Amino acid sequence: MTDVTAFEAGVKPRSHIVYILTENPVSIVAIAGFAVIVFAAIFGPLVAPYDPLATNASVSLQPPSWAHWFGTDQLGRDVFSRVLAAARLDLMISVAAVGLSFVIGAAIGSAAGYFGGWTDRITGRVVDTIMAFPLFVLAMGIVAALGNTVENIIYATAIINVPFYARVARAEAAIRRNAGFVQAAKLSGNSDIRILATQIFPNALPPMAVQASLNMGWAILNAAGLSFIGLGVRPPTPEWGIMVAEGANFIISGEWWLAIFPGMALMLTVFTFNLLGDALRDIVDPRQRT
Amino acid sequence: MKPFARLRMVLGRIGQALPALFGVIVVTFILTRALPGDPAVYFAGPAADEASIQQIREALGLDRPLYEQFVYYLGDLASGDLGVSISTGQPVLEELARRLPASLELTLGALLLSLAVAIPMGVLAATNPGRPIDHICRVIATAGVSLPTFFTGIALVFVFYYLLGWSPAPIGRLDFAYLSPPPITGFYTVDALLDGDPETAVAAAGQLLLPMITLALFTLAPIARMTRGAMLQALGSDFIRTAKAAGLSQRVILIRYAFRNAMLPVITTLGMVFSFTLGANVLVEKVFAWPGIGSFAVDALVVSDYAAVQGFVLTMAMLFVLLNLLIDITYTLIDPRIEAND
Repeated sequence: MTDVTAFEAGVKPRSHIVYILTENPVSIVAIAGFAVIVFAAIFGPLVAPYDPLATNASVSLQPPSWAHWFGTDQLGRDVFSRVLAAARLDLMISVAAVGLSFVIGAAIGSAAGYFGGWTDRITGRVVDTIMAFPLFVLAMGIVAALGNTVENIIYATAIINVPFYARVARAEAAIRRNAGFVQAAKLSGNSDIRILATQIFPNALPPMAVQASLNMGWAILNAAGLSFIGLGVRPPTPEWGIMVAEGANFIISGEWWLAIFPGMALMLTVFTFNLLGDALRDIVDPRQRT
Repeated sequence: MKPFARLRMVLGRIGQALPALFGVIVVTFILTRALPGDPAVYFAGPAADEASIQQIREALGLDRPLYEQFVYYLGDLASGDLGVSISTGQPVLEELARRLPASLELTLGALLLSLAVAIPMGVLAATNPGRPIDHICRVIATAGVSLPTFFTGIALVFVFYYLLGWSPAPIGRLDFAYLSPPPITGFYTVDALLDGDPETAVAAAGQLLLPMITLALFTLAPIARMTRGAMLQALGSDFIRTAKAAGLSQRVILIRYAFRNAMLPVITTLGMVFSFTLGANVLVEKVFAWPGIGSFAVDALVVSDYAAVQGFVLTMAMLFVLLNLLIDITYTLIDPRIEAND
């Protein structure tokens, strides 16, 4: 079954991880990129050369220079400082959203797989209904209905991601519901909830983690897309999506640095998370490589 | 027997689409009722007083129990009543219907373009595994899913409009210098050609090209990746070995045996790709001032025009359910295994 990975095939876990990392140098790049992003998210506002909100009319719309690496915007704010400061908010939104959908998806997915029957049918119907929408459009509708705030961006992104986790958790739980160790736990008098938490869920964790890291980049794109169309984050808060939206007005007059730099930051962040997800999948489930 | 087996399967797929459609309607109903505060206040508009809000509440049936409201909602939908847009004062259905062709032209154009590029790319990568073309395909696939559509669009506008001057200004479907062609299909390029006006057709195609490429770049990656995987699997299967042993030509093996079987999983993935495309469509329309239903919904969102947004969500979801149905039917029609089973 899927439990048999390289770990059990006699390869030591550490050497397997080292092999994956050295065999594909792209993974090293991804980890380095990840370190930079986390650093920016934690220390960004501290190391930024200027206050990301400070306006200065005398230096408005300046192209990139030594004083302003990424140039300045229409209010004379330093684009580099704003791109750096935005990392925290963008990451916070997507980590919170992915975390939420991970927890909800794990709960309903493993319950559906373990209990089967009506639990399975009802949760399956709910998941299918979410998937019957174009997901970004559903997120727009949810934010419109709940109200236009950052928290609701998080909830909307979480809801549209739940199906992916629920399906993985369901599949992992369903193949183990009658496994020997589950029956042994049942016979020793454990409650269903306890079995789900201590026997079923830990086994579903590795594929769920892979799903989360593959999903992370997409969550960031969704959240940034929602703020690009004017939902959630409000100016002057620095956020990549909204910075691209504001910069878009200046692109046709040639002030490219307003939109291009935050867009590049967004793109590289998503790229890093996607590479990281691929690397993690190679470590957890080598046969899934494409 | 053969045609009946297929017909029965097609009817079965249509039956399966009904619960999805019902689920979509339930969710949009919940979203309409979940408006922050009192929905009647929103639907009445900002200038409404207490009396007119009460009137709206009764008109919308908001004072009735929820199940009764749902029945009314179904009745409204059946008669095509999606409410009135407060930003334009027109019925939402009319607004959406007028803008839908623009969105469809963009979405379908982009999908055709990305299929035309991605499928050959995936096949090439699968027939040359480990060679440079395979690596290029993989890099493009990973980079492609990392692209924020709205950013790609803006970058393309900068390069092809501002720097090179090859592309017209991103101001919608047609430059002001041209009159829109008489509506037949609603697709400007097609209509202009039908009207015998190649100049307008070229102008419309010029406007369409950049947003189409933006959207296609985004959908390229999953299709190429899936084609490659499916082709590799098909090429490694027993029936290909048998075909080779039987001395069939490389061409016949590749096209008739491997490709036809590899297309099945690719068609299934198309459903997911559609979901992404319809979502990304909203962003691309915003970037290129494309007058489709996506940019209509974005404008409506900004001014809290909820009836318009809900109508848009419902339209998109129905479109998606129907597209998935179409994919399933296509799948049933081309699956060679059905014939073999009869």
